[in-house]
Amino acid sequence: MKIVVCIKQVPDTNEIKLNPETGTLIRDGVPSIINPDDKGGLEMALELKDKFGAEVTVITMGPPQADKALREAIAMGADRAILLTDRKFAGADTLATSNALAGALKSLEYDLIITGRQAIDGDTAQVGPQIAELLSLPQISYVESIEVEANSYRIKRAIEDGYQIVSAPKPSLVTVLSSANKARYMNVSGIVDAYSKEVEIWSVGDIVVDETTLGLNGSPTRVVKSFTKGLKSAGEMYETDTEEVVGIIISKLKEKFII
Amino acid sequence: MDINQYKDIYVFAEQREGKIQSVVFELVSKSRELADTLGQNVVAILLGHNIEPKAAELIGYGADKVLCVDDEDLANYTTEPYTQAITAIIENYKPSVLMLGATTIGRDLGPRLSARNTTGLTADCTKLEISEAGHLLMTRPAFGGNLMATIACKEHRPQMSTVRPGVMPKNVCDLTRKGEVEIVEIEFDRAKFTVKILETVTEAKRGLDITEAKILVSGGRGVGNPDGLKALSFLAEVLNAEVSASRAITDSGVLPHDKQVGQTGKTVRPDLYIASGISGAIQHLAGMEDSEYIIAINRDKTAPIFSVADLGIVGDATAIMKRLAERLKSEMK
Repeated sequence: MKIVVCIKQVPDTNEIKLNPETGTLIRDGVPSIINPDDKGGLEMALELKDKFGAEVTVITMGPPQADKALREAIAMGADRAILLTDRKFAGADTLATSNALAGALKSLEYDLIITGRQAIDGDTAQVGPQIAELLSLPQISYVESIEVEANSYRIKRAIEDGYQIVSAPKPSLVTVLSSANKARYMNVSGIVDAYSKEVEIWSVGDIVVDETTLGLNGSPTRVVKSFTKGLKSAGEMYETDTEEVVGIIISKLKEKFII
Repeated sequence: MDINQYKDIYVFAEQREGKIQSVVFELVSKSRELADTLGQNVVAILLGHNIEPKAAELIGYGADKVLCVDDEDLANYTTEPYTQAITAIIENYKPSVLMLGATTIGRDLGPRLSARNTTGLTADCTKLEISEAGHLLMTRPAFGGNLMATIACKEHRPQMSTVRPGVMPKNVCDLTRKGEVEIVEIEFDRAKFTVKILETVTEAKRGLDITEAKILVSGGRGVGNPDGLKALSFLAEVLNAEVSASRAITDSGVLPHDKQVGQTGKTVRPDLYIASGISGAIQHLAGMEDSEYIIAINRDKTAPIFSVADLGIVGDATAIMKRLAERLKSEMK
C-alpha cells in the first residue's frame, strides 16, 4: 500500500501576539511547526503502515526552510520526503497551491492521499478537496479513522452533531482532524534517519502542471488589503480579595440586567 | 472569461433531512442587501428529494427565485452529486456570486466546486461588501485571527465565499413575499457516485450548541484541573449557561471539540462571556471578542484576554468562580 501525506509548515498561531502599543503583529520568534491537522494525517498514515505495511511519502510545498518539517516527519517514521519549492509557486492562493501539489502527486503512485483538514495559519480547509478534484479522486473530509478493506476504505468522519460511516473506493483522498489521534514522538532511529535520508527537492520542472496556473498569477483570489483589528479599549480591572471581586462581578451583572 | 455575462447572487440552500439550515437564511438575508446594491436578484439553489415545498421559506427571507433539483441521490449530501448539480447550474445560469455556509457540508462542497469551475473561494468571511466596480469584497480573519484580509476575485466567476453560521444577521421571514420556483433537470454522470454513506449517527447532544448560548462560562489552561472544571460547571449551572473552552482544554480531551471557542473552533457572541483561566491567544480572541459583555478572570495581569474584557479580575479563577456561584445561588433563592 502506498500513502502520500501532504503537510504544511506553519507558524504556531497560538504564540503570536499583538504589539500592545501599535496593534501590529509580532512575528519574530514565533516557532514553526507541522500544521496540527497534517500531523494527525501523518500519524494516521503511520498507524496504517504499522498495521498493514505501507510506504509513506510526505510532501510539502514551501520555502527551503520547510525541510525541517519533512525531517520531523521522517523521524516519526515516514519513508520518503519531497520538498516542492520554486519561486514560481510564490504568492499562491489555495487553488494555485492545489495545482502545484496535484501536479506533483501526478508523478507519484498512491492508494491513499492524506491531507490535514485545514492549516492553522489560513483555516480555509480548501486544499485537500481541491487536490482531490484536480486528480479526479473522491474526497472524504473531516476524517477521524479509516479501515482498509479489500477494494475500499471504511471511513468515520465527523459532522456537526455526530458522525458518519462512509465507504470510498481506492484510491481516495481524505482530510484528517488533529483530534483523530495522538501523534507519536520522533524516535531515536527515526532521528538518525532524518539526518541521513535525503529530502528530494522538486521544482516546477519536476511536476506535471500548466505553469500559468501557479503562484500569484495562477491565483483567482487576491488580497486587496490586510489589517489588524487593533485593540479594544480596555475595561475596568480589579485585583483584590475574592469576596470583594465577587461582589463587583455580581453588581456588574445586575447593572447589565444579566441577572 | 467574459465576466459581464455573469449576474445575480446565488446561495446554496443547504438542507439536512429536509430542514434548511439556519445559516442559509442568514446568507439569503445578506445577499438580499448586496443584490439591492447591485440591482440584481437573489437566487437560492435547493437540492434534495421531495424538497420543493421548502422553497417558500427561502423566498420569505428574500430570495427572488429558487432553483430546485429533485433527485434521490441528492436526498442526503455527498460531494459528487452536489458538485455535478451545482456545476451544471453555474454553466447554464452564470451566477456572479455563490455563497455557502461554512458548515462541514459547505466546506466540503465549496472547494470542490471552486476547483471544478476554476474560480476563487474565500473561506469563513465575516464581512461582505460590493466594491465601486461591482466586485464582491470578502473580509476574513487569517493567521489564526491575528490579521484581517480583504479578498477579491476580479477575473473569475462565480465569486465564491463561505460564511460561518451566526455571523450575518437574519431577516424576518415574510411568507407572503412573492418569488419564482423553477425545477431544474440535471443529467448526472452517476458512475462517478462512488462514495456511499453507510450510517449517520447523531450523538446525544451535550448541551446547547455554544454558538446559540446567551451566557458562556469558558475555561482555559488555568482551570484545566478537576477543581477548576467543577467550579466551571457549577457556575454555568447557576447562571443557566453553557460551558465552553479554549483550545488548550479541548486538545487535552477534557472537553469535546464542539465546545472550543476560537479561530479553529467556533465563533460566539453571547450576551455574557466569562473567560476563566484563559490567557487569550489571539486565535481564541478571534472567536469571542464580539461578545456583548466580557468578564475575564486570570492570575496573570498581563494576559492578553484583559485587552478585550469589559471587566477584568486578577486572581485565582477557580476560587472566584466557586465563590461567585455560591453567592449567586443564595441570592437567587
